[in-house]
Amino acid sequence: MKTCLVVDDSRVIRKVARRILEDLGFEVAEAADGADALAWCATAMPDAILLDWNMPGMSGLEVLRRLRLEPGGDAPKVVFCTIENEIDRIREALAFGADEYIMKPFDGDIVAGKLAMAGAL
Amino acid sequence: MTPEDRAMVTALCADRAGLRVDPEKEYLLENRLGPVARREGFVGLGEMLQTLRDRGDERLVWAVVEAMSPSETAFFRDPATFAAVAGPALEDLARRRAGQTLRVWVAACGSGQEVYSLAMLLDEQAPDGVTVDLCASDLSERRLERARSGVYSQFEVQRGLAARRLVRHFEKADETFVVARRIRQMVRWRRVNLMEDLTPFGQFDLIFCRNVLGALVESARTEVLGNLKGCLAEGGYLVLGLGDAASGLTALPGGAGVHQAETRRRAAAA
Repeated sequence: MKTCLVVDDSRVIRKVARRILEDLGFEVAEAADGADALAWCATAMPDAILLDWNMPGMSGLEVLRRLRLEPGGDAPKVVFCTIENEIDRIREALAFGADEYIMKPFDGDIVAGKLAMAGAL
Repeated sequence: MTPEDRAMVTALCADRAGLRVDPEKEYLLENRLGPVARREGFVGLGEMLQTLRDRGDERLVWAVVEAMSPSETAFFRDPATFAAVAGPALEDLARRRAGQTLRVWVAACGSGQEVYSLAMLLDEQAPDGVTVDLCASDLSERRLERARSGVYSQFEVQRGLAARRLVRHFEKADETFVVARRIRQMVRWRRVNLMEDLTPFGQFDLIFCRNVLGALVESARTEVLGNLKGCLAEGGYLVLGLGDAASGLTALPGGAGVHQAETRRRAAAA
């Protein structure tokens, strides 16, 4: 079974995302901040990561930058999932190595479509 | 809406555009026609339907029929179809029509996602040695206006559109996303009822018609398919919905809905 790590400081968002991802056949893990996310990746690199941008402490962009430097850190498909919806921000995320980008609010179809485009389904 | 109202609308749609509207789907009918009544200045749906019955003026008839025509679409819907078009079909056309202009038509373009998907594709990988003339049509003038504007909501640009394509081909305007002028300028628009004589439009090398056949009554489906086939140039391609069949054309392998008309060489061999 493929694993997906949901990184978001909102418990509600994590719960909504978990339900969608489980319906898509993922085993889901949750992290409430960047440090937690990186610790999780160091233990067991997930197949996909749904990553918020604005979180207390480390930003999603910083999480992504550090992840890609880790051994095996280029493997997970990383899909940003954030309220940031300016073209420049999306461009920045892609330049940092994000595979896809979701602008909140999202629904199940958008998550499924974006994960498919990222090659994570 | 009374059963008589629904029967009247169903009959009008079948008569004018060959549309198959289920009179039992009261919710769908009210959902689509309510906004038309408001827009046209009626107190309610009932008053509009009464006027339609009493006077039946053509403008109102078409407003109703157009509102009932299919509109749902997404960017790059059925990726396998776009892969088949971008690969085998366009490569074959570029080879056979070197130095010429390829005529491409997206029939029933709805709110434009399909024709813009094709325009983006052509912008990213222009076929060698040919120029492309891209036109889009729809039954609904209002929908054409919308499509031409190239303005989409955040929800719409996340259906089928990769983030890399979004940043490459769109600009943000307030909370909406607008197709770049470069892409919009590739498309010519025109209102077309596929039930009418299409021969004045000439011959096309590639025709997309993926949102329509399934929504037509049986006789109209045959007629529209015949009309479209009549517009196909020799060896041209007709792209239909995944389940749609097209007698007399050869379906490309892969089941992506891409069908090819006979080429002279193949016709001669047969």
